[in-house]
Amino acid sequence: MKFERYGIGIAKGMALTFKHLFRPPITVQYPEEKLVVSRRIRGNELVWYPDRCTGCATCAKSCPQGNIEIVTHVGDENNYVVDKFEVDTGRCMFCGLCVESCPYEALAMGLSYERAQYRRGQLVLSKEELRLSDVRQPSGYARPKIEATLPEQSLLVNWDREKGGQKLSLVPLSKKRGRGV
Amino acid sequence: MTLLEQFQLWLATMWPEWAAYVTPAIVGVVIVIAFALCMVIVFIYFERRLLGRFQIRLGPNRLGPEGIFQPIATAVKVLLKEDIVPAKGDKWLHWLAPLVVFVPVLMIFAVVPFWEGAIFIDLNVGIVYVVAISSVSAVGIYMAGWASNNKYALISALRMVAQVVSYELPVILSILGVVLMVGSLSMSQIVAAQTIPFILLQPLGFIIFFLGAVAEMNRSPFDLLEADSEIVAGFHTEYSGMKFAMFYLGEYCHALAYSCIIATLFLGGWRGPLLPPFLWLLIKVVAVFFVIVWIRATLPRLRVDQLMSFAWKCLLPMAVINLFVVAAEVLWLPESLPWIMVVVNFAFAGALILLWSKLFTLGGGRVEV
Amino acid sequence: MAIKTEPFILNIGPQHPSTHGVFRLRATLDGEVVVDVEPVIGYLHRGIEKLAEGRTYTQNIPFTDRLDYLASITNNLAYVLAVEKLAEVKVPERAEYLRVITAEMMRIASHLMAVGFFLNDLGAMMTPVLYMWREREKLLDLFEMVCGQRLTYNYMRIGGVSHDIPEEFLPALKRFVAEMPGFIDEYDQLLAGNEILLVRSKGVGVLPEELAINSAASGPVLRASGVKWDIRRADPYSIYDRFDFDIPVGSAGDCYDRYWVRVQEMRQSVRILEQAIPQLPEGEVCAEVPRLLRPPVGEVYGHIEAPKGELGFYLVSDNSIAPYRFRIRPPTLINLTALKDMVIGWKVADLIITFGSIDVCLGEIDR
Ligand code: SF4
Ligand code: SF4
Repeated sequence: MKFERYGIGIAKGMALTFKHLFRPPITVQYPEEKLVVSRRIRGNELVWYPDRCTGCATCAKSCPQGNIEIVTHVGDENNYVVDKFEVDTGRCMFCGLCVESCPYEALAMGLSYERAQYRRGQLVLSKEELRLSDVRQPSGYARPKIEATLPEQSLLVNWDREKGGQKLSLVPLSKKRGRGV
Repeated sequence: MTLLEQFQLWLATMWPEWAAYVTPAIVGVVIVIAFALCMVIVFIYFERRLLGRFQIRLGPNRLGPEGIFQPIATAVKVLLKEDIVPAKGDKWLHWLAPLVVFVPVLMIFAVVPFWEGAIFIDLNVGIVYVVAISSVSAVGIYMAGWASNNKYALISALRMVAQVVSYELPVILSILGVVLMVGSLSMSQIVAAQTIPFILLQPLGFIIFFLGAVAEMNRSPFDLLEADSEIVAGFHTEYSGMKFAMFYLGEYCHALAYSCIIATLFLGGWRGPLLPPFLWLLIKVVAVFFVIVWIRATLPRLRVDQLMSFAWKCLLPMAVINLFVVAAEVLWLPESLPWIMVVVNFAFAGALILLWSKLFTLGGGRVEV
Repeated sequence: MAIKTEPFILNIGPQHPSTHGVFRLRATLDGEVVVDVEPVIGYLHRGIEKLAEGRTYTQNIPFTDRLDYLASITNNLAYVLAVEKLAEVKVPERAEYLRVITAEMMRIASHLMAVGFFLNDLGAMMTPVLYMWREREKLLDLFEMVCGQRLTYNYMRIGGVSHDIPEEFLPALKRFVAEMPGFIDEYDQLLAGNEILLVRSKGVGVLPEELAINSAASGPVLRASGVKWDIRRADPYSIYDRFDFDIPVGSAGDCYDRYWVRVQEMRQSVRILEQAIPQLPEGEVCAEVPRLLRPPVGEVYGHIEAPKGELGFYLVSDNSIAPYRFRIRPPTLINLTALKDMVIGWKVADLIITFGSIDVCLGEIDR
């Protein structure tokens, strides 16, 4: 336990931190700048397509948390009519097992990750709220067709430090995607 | 004759004597405190942004252009916090401690020469005054640690006392080297004597004083009393609101004051070509502070026993040797050839540091319990 | 003449800057010297072992994410390997490679966190952490690209992995692998020779070889004590026998060696990645496995070398769709048992860094 190297180590470390002073910061100014998320992002919501859903409840069975509540009755053409399709996103862990297991691609993970609410009750999403809309877009998780249409993810690895400056692709700022539903 | 004394003489020609005496004092106090507080706010902003850049982030930049109002927002936030006094704490001491920390630090600025004659009071024992007054805040920190009735705070306070007492000695001894060369304790004379900045004449003294000063203002790598990974926030764990703000300001004021002193003692104070003297002082102060922040951004902290042995085994003997060497040089080297002294002292400092790194180990190992 | 002092009890945690989660230490101190420590755990207990007994084998995979949340992929891997052993599932070649690639990426990410926060415990003001987070962030980006999340990946499936990689994954990973050694060199420049780090961590918190073995320590903690034991070599799982890598071994078993072993392991992981990427075959990524898997009656213990040590899953099947017993062997809980022997007689500051150098993850300890 000596100052064996006469402070050389400290000097080298100081030189490194000094070098970092001239590297561009990697901070992203979040609400103004947003990175493009992965095409397969498992966002904090689910998107449900009522026209494709047969009410088979495979999704509900595969959910580890028992989050999805489905109530159906038998309709005129001997099909299931979905009366209630409710997901408690407050308990959901966004594992994506329900989406993977749906045989009719009637369920998808959402793109958005800005779904904070003030009340827990607001996190329980009903049939109407789960539908596709402007603010509720599906992600490509386990849905290769949707995945192909989404923009490429911005990656920090591709960020060119030598060229300087922020080279990450950002989502253009839009008011619409700001708040939750 | 300082500017304030001239002001007083001028006032005395038309006002009664007591008014002529009191008015310049008040004016001076206001100016010095205003300077200190403004600089502290600048320093807080500067440190945060700079730390951010060292750590490849941006630092606060939201409020105002480039975030320059962030320190003000922080101040408002801190002041609006609830003031909590621990139920079993010592209420009076808890209340008094921030004042005891903050006021002495402000008082240091009384003897900082800003430029020729611009000094609040040119004490003939200026540097002794600085040393004396700056250690008073240790008492305040000890009071805070004691009054909080919190074990983290108490550990921190005890560390503080040990640290300040041990680092005071090398600091004083390295100051004595400067004093020997100047032949005066007055701050303005020390500046006046520096045709060559003393950092060149006394590199070893500078290093010792710098490290000691960093330890006294509790900055990394000697920030043991606020070692957040060990003892949370140290002595101000139980403080909030206005009182916490006092500690916070006190800490930065301390840094500012010591930066001023380092600039004055070793970097030539306000002396410098072209630019106005006050600006030169500012540049030097900010440069010193930059180095302090840079160290903070890079180094881990020492352990408590290593800190103590660093003071007693390394800094103190080196400071003593440095003092003797300087004394010898002042006695025997011709005064007309200061550059010889520069060369000799640099070689000497290097040799001594190498020797000490070889000879001494820091800190003890495991204690049998 | 020694002054007689009375020991006092310092409560560190559960809310404390360096407990890496919600962990509590009751430390008895004599001045600054640690006389006794007693870890108090359980603040993050979620009953995962019990919960898992009520869920199918596939549904348990997301739960394993929540064990060591800094290294989810390896948790997934350990679990699915155990189930595959139980149900005798054959995994396609491509899936094996993807598993190894992601597991080694995870090891780098986890060690980056470990080293960074070890330095933070030493008081280095976030700087090393933030430099290391930059690299970890790149890895998290890649994980996000593959499986849609940055922390809880839920990537492995019984019989393979859930998704094939997108085509932009490999170029990005190659880029990362190419630049990572340079960054590790930078960390070494910042840290390895730093005198303060040396005096603080050399010889501190020593775990002797014998004690390390007796306390069943594993992972970097064990290897730092000089035991060459890595399950990737000792009991090769998946396809680790095909890769060429060294097992870095420390000698002193102190905090510095634990730090050093982690840095070297990052280099070795990069080496494995370099070998695995060109070998990656085409083909299926998941075997055909019934959704409601019913493994034959029996029991199995599957273990892997997780970043923090030996992570084992002990499963008992009663031929139903859910495990009858689901038991986790968390590496850091067992490494933590040696903490007391490492820190007695050292200072509080050493207690903190020794704790940090074990690299605990409370999600795993409390389960
Ligand atoms: S994402 Fe997972 S937890 Fe959420 S509803 Fe689907 S299956 Fe359940
Ligand atoms: S699995 Fe798909 S089709 Fe079946 S109920 Fe769920 S969403 Fe509808």
